[in-house]
Amino acid sequence: MKLSYYPGCTLKTNAKNFEDSAIAVLKTLGVELVELPRWNCCGTVYSLASDDLIHKLAPIRNLIRVKEQGEDRLVTLCAMCYNTLKRANIFVKKDKESRDKMNDLMDREKINYEGDVKVFHILELLRDEIGFDEIGKKVKRKFNGFKVAPYYGCLLLRPEEAGIDDMENPTLLENLFNSLGVETVDFPYKNECCGAYQTVNKVDLVVQRTYTIINYAKKLGADMVVTSCPLCEFNLDRRQEEVKKKFPDFEGLPVLYFTQIMGLAFGLDKKSLRFDLNYINPEPLLKDKKLL
Amino acid sequence: MKTKKKSVKTKKSMKTEKKSIMARIAESTKSVTTGVEEKDIKHWLTIYIMGKAYKVPAVLTIMQAMEYAGYKFLRSCGCRAGFCGACSTVYRKKGEYRLQTAMACQTRVEDGMYLVQIPFAPAEKVTYDIDKEDYSASVFLKYYPEIARCVSCNTCTKACPQDLEVMDYVQASLKGDFSSVAEDSFDCIQCGLCAIRCPAEIVHYNLAQLGRRMYGKYGMPEPEHLKKRLGEIKSAKFEKELRKLVNTRRKELEKIYTGRDMEKE
Ligand code: FES
Repeated sequence: MKLSYYPGCTLKTNAKNFEDSAIAVLKTLGVELVELPRWNCCGTVYSLASDDLIHKLAPIRNLIRVKEQGEDRLVTLCAMCYNTLKRANIFVKKDKESRDKMNDLMDREKINYEGDVKVFHILELLRDEIGFDEIGKKVKRKFNGFKVAPYYGCLLLRPEEAGIDDMENPTLLENLFNSLGVETVDFPYKNECCGAYQTVNKVDLVVQRTYTIINYAKKLGADMVVTSCPLCEFNLDRRQEEVKKKFPDFEGLPVLYFTQIMGLAFGLDKKSLRFDLNYINPEPLLKDKKLL
Repeated sequence: MKTKKKSVKTKKSMKTEKKSIMARIAESTKSVTTGVEEKDIKHWLTIYIMGKAYKVPAVLTIMQAMEYAGYKFLRSCGCRAGFCGACSTVYRKKGEYRLQTAMACQTRVEDGMYLVQIPFAPAEKVTYDIDKEDYSASVFLKYYPEIARCVSCNTCTKACPQDLEVMDYVQASLKGDFSSVAEDSFDCIQCGLCAIRCPAEIVHYNLAQLGRRMYGKYGMPEPEHLKKRLGEIKSAKFEKELRKLVNTRRKELEKIYTGRDMEKE
C-alpha cells in the first residue's frame, strides 16, 4: 500500500528518529510512505478564531497538494501537524462561505478545495487498517521484564472532533504494545499536559511537568516513557537536563517514540531506529534488557 | 585591418575612441524612443506616473514610457535587460483592485496603469562567517527568524516578476532543505518585491542567498574539473605562462587577446 505522507518540519529536523523509525516500521508492514511534494508548514497551531482565515491557508494548501497527486488521503506522524491539518479540514468542510473565501485567496492554485481529503494519523493506520493482529505477526523479539509508560499528550485526543481515541482514557497505545508483547504500566498521567509550547518562554513550567510525569512513570516501575508526539518528546526527554538541575534527586528515564519500540520488536536494524537522536541515551537500558 | 589598428595609435584618435565609448554608454542608457517622430506614432495610451497622467506610445516598456514622459532614472534602472533587478515597479490598472508587480524594463505599458518605482527594498543583510555555520535549518532561523511567521499565503510568489516559487523556498528553508532553497531561488534577481509584499515581513531574497551560499559550500558535490584545475594552480602549472604575460607589453597583450582561441559555443 502506498500512502501520501505529510512529514512537517519537526520530523525533518529534531524528530528525524521518529520519521526514520516510522518509515522502517511501515515498510515491514507493507506500507510505503510517499512524501507529499511541495508541502509547506502545517500552520503549527490551529487558529481558534473562525474569521482568522489567513492562518488556515497553510494546512489547506497542503491538502490541495494531496489532490494534485490524485490522492484523497493524507497520513501524518507529528501529532501537532495531524491536529492542525485535521481541524482546518473539518472547518472548511463545514463552513462553505469561509472555504470560498480561502479558495479565492489561493487563486493561484489550480484546484478549488472542497474539504474532501481524509487526514489521519499513523496510529489510526496501525489500528484501523493494518490491525494489531497483523502487527503481532511481525514480532521477532521478546520483551522480558520490560515495561513502558504510554504517553499520548493532548493533540491526538482533543478536541473530540479531531481525537483518535477516548480523550479521558485512551487505550490505543496500550493495545498496540500488547500486540507487540510489551508490558505497559497503568499510567494516570498518560494524557497529562507536557507544557507544550511553554517550553519556549516558560521553561520552568515545563520542567515541573516533566518532573511530575517522568517521576510518576518511574514510580510505577516503567523502564521508559513512550510517546507519539515530537513536542512531548522534546519536553519529556530534552528538558530532563533542566529537571536534574532543579531537582537533584531526579533520576530520569529514557523517552522513545512508539515506532522505535515497534522497530525493536520487529527486529529492525538499529540504524533505522536512530537512538542516537534521543537525548537520554536508551541504549544502555536496551542492552541491559537484551533488546539490542 | 592594419590601417585601422594604426589609427588607434595616435593620441588624438585614442581620445576619440575614449569619447566614443562614453558616448556609446550614454546611448545605451537612453530611452529607445529618442529620435522617433511623434507624428509617426499611431497608437497612444494613458498611464499615470505617481498619479499624474501621461500620454505615451503604446509599444514602450514601462521604463521607456516613463522616460518618454520626461523622467530620468538615477536609481531604479540598471541593465535594462531584466538581469539586475533594479527596476521594480508596482502598479494597479484602472478599474482593477489587484496590486501588481513588474520589472519596468521587461514589461509593456498598458492603458490605465498607475505606476510607481520601488528603487530599493529596505532590508538588513546579515553578515556571517560561512565557515562557522551549521549546515542545518537552524542557520536560517538564526539569521532570519521571521521565516517562522510564514503563513503560506503565497503573496511573495505572486509578487515575483521572475515567476519563482518563492513561498516554496521559504518553506524549504524551514525544513533545512538546502538544495530546494538553492534551486528554487536560482533565478532570483533580488528586486525585493517579495519582501515588500510579505505580511510576515520576511526578506526572502536575502534568505535565499544565505541558502545558496550554504548549499554551495556544504551541500553541492565538488565539481571534478574545478578540483583538478585548483590542483594545477596550486602546483604552479601556469606560473611560467603567467609570468610571461605579466612581462608582456600592453600592445603585445592586446594582440594576444584579440587573437586568442575562443571556446566553441
Ligand atoms: S533594469 Fe535591470 S532588470 Fe530592469
